[in-house]
Amino acid sequence: MKVALFIPCYIDQFYPRVGIATLELLQKLGCQVIYPEGQTCCGQPMANSGCEADARDTYQHFIQTFGGFDYIVAPSGSCTYHVRHHYNVIEQTESVRHIRQRTLDLSEFLLDVLKVDHLEARFPYKVGLHQSCHGLRGLRLGKSSERMEGGPSRIHALLGMVSDLDLVDLDSVDECCGFGGTFAIAEAAVSAKMGKDRLADHLRHGAEVITAGDMSCLMHLEGLIRRNNLPIRAMHLAEILNTNETRP
Amino acid sequence: MNHAQKASAFIRDETRTDWHNRAVWHLRQKRDLGAGSVPEWEELRNLASAIKTHTLSNLDDYLTRFEEKAAANGVHVHWAATAEDHNRIVHGILTDHGVQKLVKSKSMLTEDCHLNPYLEARGIEVIDTDLGERIIQMRHEPPSHIVAPAIHIRKEEVGELFHKELGTDAGASDPKYLTEAARGHLREHFLSSTAALTGVNFAIAETGGVVVCTNEGNADMGVHLHGLQIHCMGIEKIIPRAADLGVFIRLLARSATGQPSTIYTSHYHRPKSGGAMHIVIVDNGRTEHLGRADFRNSLKCIRCGACMNTCPIYRRSGGYSYGHTVPGPIGSILTPGIDMKKFSDLPFASTLCGSCSDVCPVKIDIHEQLYKWRQVIAEAGHLPASKRWSMKVAGKVLARSGRYDFFGKMARMALRILPRFMVYNRFNPWGKARELPAAPKQSFKEWFKQQNQQP
Repeated sequence: MKVALFIPCYIDQFYPRVGIATLELLQKLGCQVIYPEGQTCCGQPMANSGCEADARDTYQHFIQTFGGFDYIVAPSGSCTYHVRHHYNVIEQTESVRHIRQRTLDLSEFLLDVLKVDHLEARFPYKVGLHQSCHGLRGLRLGKSSERMEGGPSRIHALLGMVSDLDLVDLDSVDECCGFGGTFAIAEAAVSAKMGKDRLADHLRHGAEVITAGDMSCLMHLEGLIRRNNLPIRAMHLAEILNTNETRP
Repeated sequence: MNHAQKASAFIRDETRTDWHNRAVWHLRQKRDLGAGSVPEWEELRNLASAIKTHTLSNLDDYLTRFEEKAAANGVHVHWAATAEDHNRIVHGILTDHGVQKLVKSKSMLTEDCHLNPYLEARGIEVIDTDLGERIIQMRHEPPSHIVAPAIHIRKEEVGELFHKELGTDAGASDPKYLTEAARGHLREHFLSSTAALTGVNFAIAETGGVVVCTNEGNADMGVHLHGLQIHCMGIEKIIPRAADLGVFIRLLARSATGQPSTIYTSHYHRPKSGGAMHIVIVDNGRTEHLGRADFRNSLKCIRCGACMNTCPIYRRSGGYSYGHTVPGPIGSILTPGIDMKKFSDLPFASTLCGSCSDVCPVKIDIHEQLYKWRQVIAEAGHLPASKRWSMKVAGKVLARSGRYDFFGKMARMALRILPRFMVYNRFNPWGKARELPAAPKQSFKEWFKQQNQQP
């Protein structure tokens, strides 16, 4: 099985630790992972801003970079969703169709392909799960609160395999954090207010760590945490699944 | 002001924003309970969506059938191509009957056509009889929500308004007391008017009848009192058969407020003996919208307001930030079809979280349409220049790994060495409330290369 690792641009540049955790986790699980060094971005920043035309070259670059693999795994529901869902505007060659089908979010790859049913992970903290929208409602990684039917949550299943992890309940189980790409800049006031409200929910329920399948949501929330010195830290799901911590 | 500016102004009063957020979210919570009580909820949504798809694909046929049936029942059917036509037709009917005062039950269509000012300018008094509508009419404001038009007003403010307008006790804010006062006040208007006008929730092609859903019974109150009844509807309100109605009735009120159905579901089929019944069927841009393959789905909307109640942006920016009768997610996909330049900011007033599409009882792909409108708006040249150019540059940088690696390294270095005031200033909207991520020395790619160089 030939597996490529796709590390989205903002993780590559700002959160290399998340990329490292993803790589280590996959290797620990016995997966031979190739990291194509020519990779850049999935093109979502331009496309979500209405500039799909400006994203097409990036789409083609992604297709060239990730051709010839059985799976492409990314620690991001959002970028995965973009490739699977929005690469419909370029010519649907066999390679494009294959890549669109085989690009998976980390949680999908772990559960659906590797069939992981236990992990050697320990994380003795109170954790709040932020359900990133594109993973939840785009990839259907779990049942959104609006829908009255749907499968079990993949991210909950994975967190359930971590020893000593205490997952807290929330008032709003899957409200958006307010990141939304360029929305965070164009609608800065609403974006920040949404993030603030999300964090308040986690803090109210005693979460010490907030986690998500998407670092982009966490980049926004972490920006608010650091500005306001809030007693909570942000960690990507991959970091928690790859850790074996004991409490200091 | 664009949406972002209006939203920013709204949020400045954070206590009020929090109150508004809670009030609207309460409707979503009640909707969850209502929807959860129906085991076949998702099946109902599929069915409703399929009925609407079928109807929209055969709309001309169903509209003609509806007209024939209604005419056979003794109803006068009028066709209005535009809002102006609609207003002129309604005014004509009222003039023919010598009406000087009209009671109206809730109709977003007549709001959209600005019927009230049209009639008032011609000497006809119009009284909105839905409580929320009456409150905003007294305040000379448009609705801020399609189901709960006065949801942005606190009960204390209603107390002040009623004290001034209706002479209720100063400082009174008990909803029951205020509602009683409004009821007495509205009864007088019901009795002193001579015609009733209502909106339409569903028009049944098979029977030629229209159905109006209210909680206050105000549609019935007006219609039963007066010989002349007028019902105004958009062309998309048609459903094929009476049997289809149950599907929508089960979805509508549950999606809106969590109620199993509205308190009153009124069916109007023919004029009272000696009376007259008119139905005005309005196009006003809907046919043009039906021609837009990517967006025609939005005409399935049954105006439940669930997408507003769930929308985290609507709840924190208020209905007025959208600048249109129909605000929120559904408004944001309908308005660019009306005036793309004017409403070009609305499809961007969303994080594309998709909650609206999942909550929608007729399964309109709202967030997908928001995404598509963004492409259409950019293509038409309505993006702000800053966004247009930054995306062009981003597209060039992200399409080549050499450029991407270089600019990434430069950006991280800049963030590490620049003094704070150079990074956090008025040109950095991100930094107004948030820190930028700490810029590491090594990217993942650099780390990976280094690892693989070592023997």
